[in-house]
Amino acid sequence: MSYDIAIIGAGVVGSLIARKMSKYDIKIALVEKCNDVAMGTSKANSAIVHAGFDAMPGSLKAELNVRGTKLMGYLCDELSVPFKNIGSLVIAFSEEEMETLQELYDRGMENNVPGMKIIGQDRLHELEPNVSKRALGALWAKTASIVCPYELTLAAAEVAVLNGVDLYRNFAVNDIAFENEIFTIKAKNGKEIEAKYVINAAGIYSDYIASLIGDNSIEIVARKGEYLLMDKSLGGVVNHVIFQCPTKMGKGVLVTPTVDGNILTGPSAKDIEGKDDITTTTDELDMVRKYTSYSIPNVKLNAVITSFAGLRAHSTKGDFIIEPSKVNPHFINVAGIESPGLSAAPAIAEYVQDIMLDVCGRLPKKVKWHRTRPEPVRFRELSTVERRELIENDPAFGQIVCRCETVTEGEIIAACHGPIPAVDMDGVKRRTRAGMGRCQSGFCGPKVAEIIARERGKDLLEVTKFGDNSNIVVGKTK
Amino acid sequence: MLKYDLVVVGGGPAGMAAALKAKECGVEKILICERDETLGGILEQCIHTGFGLHYFGEELSGPEYAARFIEQVEKTDIDVKVNTMVLDITTNNVVIAINKQDGLMEISATAIVLAMGCRERPRGAISIPGTRPAGVMTAGTAQRFANIDGYLPGKEVVILGSGDIGLIMARRMTLEGAKVKAVCELMPYSGGLTRNIVQCLDDFDIPLKLSHTVTEIRGKDRVEGVTISKVDGNLKPIPGTEEYIPCDTLMLSVGLLPENELSRSVGIRLDKVTGGAVVDQYRETNHEGIFACGNVLHVHDLVDFVTQEAQTAGEGAANYILGKKEYADYRIHTKGINGVRYVVPQRISMDGSEEPVKLYFRVGQVFTNATVKVTRNGNVIYAKKKRKLAPGEMENIVIKPEDLQDFSEGDYLFIEVEG
Repeated sequence: MSYDIAIIGAGVVGSLIARKMSKYDIKIALVEKCNDVAMGTSKANSAIVHAGFDAMPGSLKAELNVRGTKLMGYLCDELSVPFKNIGSLVIAFSEEEMETLQELYDRGMENNVPGMKIIGQDRLHELEPNVSKRALGALWAKTASIVCPYELTLAAAEVAVLNGVDLYRNFAVNDIAFENEIFTIKAKNGKEIEAKYVINAAGIYSDYIASLIGDNSIEIVARKGEYLLMDKSLGGVVNHVIFQCPTKMGKGVLVTPTVDGNILTGPSAKDIEGKDDITTTTDELDMVRKYTSYSIPNVKLNAVITSFAGLRAHSTKGDFIIEPSKVNPHFINVAGIESPGLSAAPAIAEYVQDIMLDVCGRLPKKVKWHRTRPEPVRFRELSTVERRELIENDPAFGQIVCRCETVTEGEIIAACHGPIPAVDMDGVKRRTRAGMGRCQSGFCGPKVAEIIARERGKDLLEVTKFGDNSNIVVGKTK
Repeated sequence: MLKYDLVVVGGGPAGMAAALKAKECGVEKILICERDETLGGILEQCIHTGFGLHYFGEELSGPEYAARFIEQVEKTDIDVKVNTMVLDITTNNVVIAINKQDGLMEISATAIVLAMGCRERPRGAISIPGTRPAGVMTAGTAQRFANIDGYLPGKEVVILGSGDIGLIMARRMTLEGAKVKAVCELMPYSGGLTRNIVQCLDDFDIPLKLSHTVTEIRGKDRVEGVTISKVDGNLKPIPGTEEYIPCDTLMLSVGLLPENELSRSVGIRLDKVTGGAVVDQYRETNHEGIFACGNVLHVHDLVDFVTQEAQTAGEGAANYILGKKEYADYRIHTKGINGVRYVVPQRISMDGSEEPVKLYFRVGQVFTNATVKVTRNGNVIYAKKKRKLAPGEMENIVIKPEDLQDFSEGDYLFIEVEG
């Protein structure tokens, strides 16, 4: 297949770029090495929309963070993605850290961050009664928010697909040739596509993808962050994103509500060798526990329902790299998108759009462009009246499959037939929350697997957790 | 709005026994709401034998044990709704439930029996480090795959936790041709029944590694192996004792938790140790007219005891519905101390009843040749020698009515182990 633009990587950045570019009347491919979208950093991060006071003034990070945060609320509203503007608090435990707050505040002012305020101990404890009594004050940033990062990615990719973008899954790019102004992009599974322009949004692998055209200017270090996710029964222990003062390695361990009402703590920060180590470790998680208790002493650490690790795509240059490659101007690098990458993502999409209009010249717009996607049913959020009506229209919504998160069979069937169908257990989980609750799919796992098999016309033996050889069962009983 | 005298939430052994007992006592309109496709609960996937020795005096499989009650339910006019999930219970005893046929139902109930059972602790609750591949599952999930769906969850298995389901699954997987390489138990003793250790592990030469835990899971797509380590007296892994075992499956049998989300939402007080409701001897919770029994109240070792307890709850609910409930003048508390982890019921309603009160309890460690004592104000009112007491086995003692005289409001009965 020949395309005008091939976007490599269906994370939040690649998917939002795909959505943005899908309004033009051109052919676009979005290629992803995994079995689904949002399988890398986009599914395992802090899920925070940062206010924008961290990044150095004048950097791309600063500019795009502040702009992205401004856009995020509207975007999530448009795409029906869970989003809550809850504000953040950076907590200071010493006079020295109070000075750091002032530095952050000043930097925020330079970055044009609205809604910041330094507050004292009393106001802090009024806002967050469970924060350590030793905290002296905090930087309160009202524009900080929380979002569901994988749902944002999925929603953006769905809109792109509804507007004619071709999504290729399990397309792990391992060769790119450039001849007669056309890129030939080959995947490990033998498939190939052609494109006039390439956008490299490959996350932690963006240096490798750039190297395939001979651009060795990018170096990405994978920086691992481990997290603990707590039961919803802890909901309300904090109401804002609670940061500690930043260190060289990142923004410290945060404690935050998630859009679904759980409590998330983490991340640790450790540079790793290679790019595929997403193991959790006792040492790092103990560290997360320790720092969590430091901020919120009475948090019940035994309420953990799962732990996970994600990799930040840290560029050795320190800033986002969003520009045409020096080696080939038709190859656009969108690399080094570490924190505040999620916050900046909507602005990155805009920024890349401008670059594309620059390199491609004027692009024709589609006559009809779908701004959004069909809103998914979220049974757990509906009122009794709405639930009753829904079941009357479609009895599949009358069968609860995931009891912990109140997910119905109707929602799982819909996920299997959406614009980007869920094809595995984790795909259903991210789309519906089935299996994300306190029993972690103990009860609903077999039922979800059965529904996936049925809806896709396959045997249970073929159902996987997340593609490749991650099969759920290995054979039939005697 | 539908109206019932009694709504039973959960159609497993507890729910069925409670409903049947209430019927026998004369309650007219009874409804059982069951979320699965059939009555029977988890018994339906427990195809091994060992059920019913106490209650029926014969050894039955799980489905056989369940069938005896299902048949009885079918002979009565108890209404049963399967594939029906109770979403909420309001404080004025309205049960909100849904299913495909009836849609969303609001059911007004005079009394409610909670019999939702329990769930297994997942991997996350014990934070096993490593990768997150397919092939890590709780023993109960594996049991469902194997016994209900007919699929083999894995071929080379390590089991963490020696609770009864873990032990049963060790044997079940072996019979299916899988190789169970080890059962690891964090504690220096097993959490399961002795008979299960003998019949499920020893008989099949499956090694039980006490004071061992899994310290790493490896594998990208599917589990490729686990590292196990010996633990010290503080249950911390001892460096240098690591052993890598290649396998494709890690099964977890690391504890059961009563599933009390509904109870919590209606404001029922829960016991921190059992994870279930605080109840009196009739299994009535602090919310008048709401009773609890079975594994939602506290995790039982044998279904026979679940049945007995559910009958108590069913009778309690019947008396409440039929206006025969004697209101208590005052209540006294029970409490486990010195080696006794918990006691159910947690309180006794002093209503002038002449009936003995059966107290169930579990110990927190293994005791041999010890004495179980019940004391009141320092006076021993009951003492019995026990050859062996283990955390995996539930114990019970009966307090005679004459020993329950002359208490005052808030008094305590202590149960303890000596020796």
